[in-house]
Amino acid sequence: MELLRKLEILADAAKYDASCASSGTEMRDSRDGKGLGSTAPGMGICHSYAPDGRCISLLKILLTNACNYDCLYCVNRASSNVARARFTVDEVVKLTIDFYRRNYIEGLFLSSGIIRSPDYTMEQVVSVARKLREEHRFRGYIHLKTIPEADEALIAEAGRYADRLSINIETPLEASLTKLAPEKDQRAIRRTMGRLRLKLDETAEAKKTARRARPPRFAPAGQSTQMIVGADDANDRTILSTSANLYGAYKLRRVYYSAFSPIPDASRALPLQAPPLVREHRLYQADWLMRFYGFDADEIVEESEGMLPLDIDPKLAWALRHRDRFPLDINTASREELLRVPGFGTRTVERILSTRRTTTIRFADLAQLNVIRNKALPFIVLSDHRPQPSLLDGAGLAARLRPKPQQLGFGF
Amino acid sequence: MHVVTLDSDTDFDGWRTAARALVMNDVRPADVTWRVKGAAPDLFDDAAETQLPEVPKGTFSVPASFMELAESAILHRDPNRFALLYRLLWRLKANHDLMEIATDPDVAQANALARGVRRDVHKMHAFVRFREIGREREARYVAWFEPEHHVVECAAPFFARRFADMPWSILTPEICAHWDGSHVSFTPGVSKAEAPSEDRLEEVWLRYYASIFNPARLKVKAMEKEMPKKYWQNLPEAKLIQPLIAATARRTTDMIAEPGTEPHKPQKRVEDAAMTRKPKARGEADAETSRELDTTDLESLREQAAACRACPLWKDATQTVFGEGPEHAPLMLVGEQPGDKEDLAGHPFVGPAGQMLDRALAEAGIDRSKVYVTNAVKHFKFVPRGKIRLHQKPNTPEIKACRQWYERELAAVRPALVVALGATAAQSVLGKITPVNRSRGHVIDLPDGPKAMVTVHPSYLLRLPDADAKAREYERFVEDLKVAARAMKHAAHAA
Repeated sequence: MELLRKLEILADAAKYDASCASSGTEMRDSRDGKGLGSTAPGMGICHSYAPDGRCISLLKILLTNACNYDCLYCVNRASSNVARARFTVDEVVKLTIDFYRRNYIEGLFLSSGIIRSPDYTMEQVVSVARKLREEHRFRGYIHLKTIPEADEALIAEAGRYADRLSINIETPLEASLTKLAPEKDQRAIRRTMGRLRLKLDETAEAKKTARRARPPRFAPAGQSTQMIVGADDANDRTILSTSANLYGAYKLRRVYYSAFSPIPDASRALPLQAPPLVREHRLYQADWLMRFYGFDADEIVEESEGMLPLDIDPKLAWALRHRDRFPLDINTASREELLRVPGFGTRTVERILSTRRTTTIRFADLAQLNVIRNKALPFIVLSDHRPQPSLLDGAGLAARLRPKPQQLGFGF
Repeated sequence: MHVVTLDSDTDFDGWRTAARALVMNDVRPADVTWRVKGAAPDLFDDAAETQLPEVPKGTFSVPASFMELAESAILHRDPNRFALLYRLLWRLKANHDLMEIATDPDVAQANALARGVRRDVHKMHAFVRFREIGREREARYVAWFEPEHHVVECAAPFFARRFADMPWSILTPEICAHWDGSHVSFTPGVSKAEAPSEDRLEEVWLRYYASIFNPARLKVKAMEKEMPKKYWQNLPEAKLIQPLIAATARRTTDMIAEPGTEPHKPQKRVEDAAMTRKPKARGEADAETSRELDTTDLESLREQAAACRACPLWKDATQTVFGEGPEHAPLMLVGEQPGDKEDLAGHPFVGPAGQMLDRALAEAGIDRSKVYVTNAVKHFKFVPRGKIRLHQKPNTPEIKACRQWYERELAAVRPALVVALGATAAQSVLGKITPVNRSRGHVIDLPDGPKAMVTVHPSYLLRLPDADAKAREYERFVEDLKVAARAMKHAAHAA
């Protein structure tokens, strides 16, 4: 098969994976002149964006889309009628290098359908990374999808070459995985995640003890996972508590939420509708609240509701439920409290803290602090601003903060 | 009035020298005009270049954050940036903490300029597209880029670090950067016509771009926010954006409307099928569990316990951590429950408490490899606290639910002595709530079977804050284990 056609099939097959990051790894470059590539230590670089709003940072492809498994939500399931293709190891290596030299990409994100056995598949995936690193001395970013239950030695080798490893948990509920992906076993997925975390911990521990020689490297950008949202009936509360469990148990860098989108040749057992993109967005916001704003998973979504509201963001929704904690004087409130004010980002909070050490913050200063004013004002007190008590207590507040309904129009 | 002419738009050193001389002479910001050599003069600006005043003796220190900010902000296209930075410098004399005040209009504006520059550098790193001239070993890589601010010199080292093994040039209207394998050099700007207009790989890249886009989730605004239109003209893939958006509605509707096709029946090759590890569907496993419920060999017990759902603890835990050790070990140690590390590894006593236990066993003269080690409760119970999992004590229903596994392990191993480590284990081994302190260290006969003994859990020793108490309690723990070792030998002789 012609290379272009293969690329088309195998990139198309990979487009449902939401993870894209190329950040958080060790610092590398090729100034010694013996290799190609570098990694940016802080934030990753997105080289392009597709019209779906997602960044293209890595060459994201499947080694093959042939698969023994029959996961209903997956376009590559064994019983699907999509065209199949398989790259050779060398083809992927060459594509990666060629794209990289032109600065199209930050590196490679390689996944694969499961063919023959988990070990065989993992070995193929690892051999691409091995060749890139050892033969081409490639120093860009590599993300490898780990095949659950693959041999421990193969996983150790994958970690030696890859910056990040990931295994998709797929569905928030174990029961739905049983139904949708009969060959996949969430317990096996979690066992593999646990093994990865032990390896990551060991490496981090060994690095600290200076006396010993440098430990073999192991996935310096850690591990991540993906959850499909909307293919089963799990509610947001369940999804977030699953995430909290995954973050706590396996120290994942990221949990990606992927709104289930219609796939060509879809199984009839699935909801065939536009993907719940707003819901996905709200889940990312809620995830952010857990990772950077000190929220616990179970306080983000009201227990009786089960779902995040779609029209307002989760922090605003939380604040509306906890009006007794407001208004907050931003000249005296603690960092933890400030992080819970709607319309305040983490940087805003840092700016407030540094500014108020020398001066009092007044109403007119809010613009410079990057505060989203209409969201924040009912919840904060300044030396020259105090919201009407009736506003915070009144029933009208929620309505006021909800976005105005818009007339639907044609996109002219 | 002072007029300072800088060598170029990015002449930070020139600005710094002049600003230093001016500020040390207490020249007010309003009395300085900043210019760049060769730039069109202001309409009303007829002042001539003035000599910089002598720098008086003494020092003037500024916070490092100011220097960092100034170095970035000066690369902005805003013509007022030199004056703004000088004003900040001058004000720093009176208020050394000025940079911390994010609400100060000058600070805010300078921060905004620096942010704009950083963003432009970042976009240049991302959106430069090299085109190959010549092939393979002789190839040169040349890009055309139009940055918004004066960032080429600042952004070039990134490309040198990344593409050290290939000669490249980045051409821009203002200045061009070149890498020859060892040095970055700069030449004056050129016109777009001088840059190559095609590359043999562009078609492949475009094909990839079109394929990785998922038409079911069009989000044009999100794309434009990160990839503003001003960059599109130099991105080869941008010409696909409009056609892809136009085709989206049709593709999505087709996808949704399309009736599911007859599922494809995969025909596996014989050798492939043989090599495929056939995963068991869970229904089958359950059926097997109930069939084999009476087996007493440890391997099948372990397999059955892996699917245990007798209490809700399995849900949040990674796996069942079953006992380990020789099939007919004379000594059986029972702990409370697996901890964080045991849960991840799937083995009992491998964490800090396990290491403490190993040390104490060795001191008591007991070979751990000859001991069967297990826990009263076989799933990790915890509450998540941010990124850690806090251990929780199992409650009575959980201990009771899990006791079946302990009983069956006991029946399979048939040890001479069981040592319960801590209260939870004691509750399981003795079948009732037993305070550890009262019964600790005594060997007692169980109604039907082995002898038993109770002592503390090694994690109790880890939690003692006082070093003396820790040493003393550790000694007591080793003493208890020595009693156990003797009782075990005695039992072996008697048998």
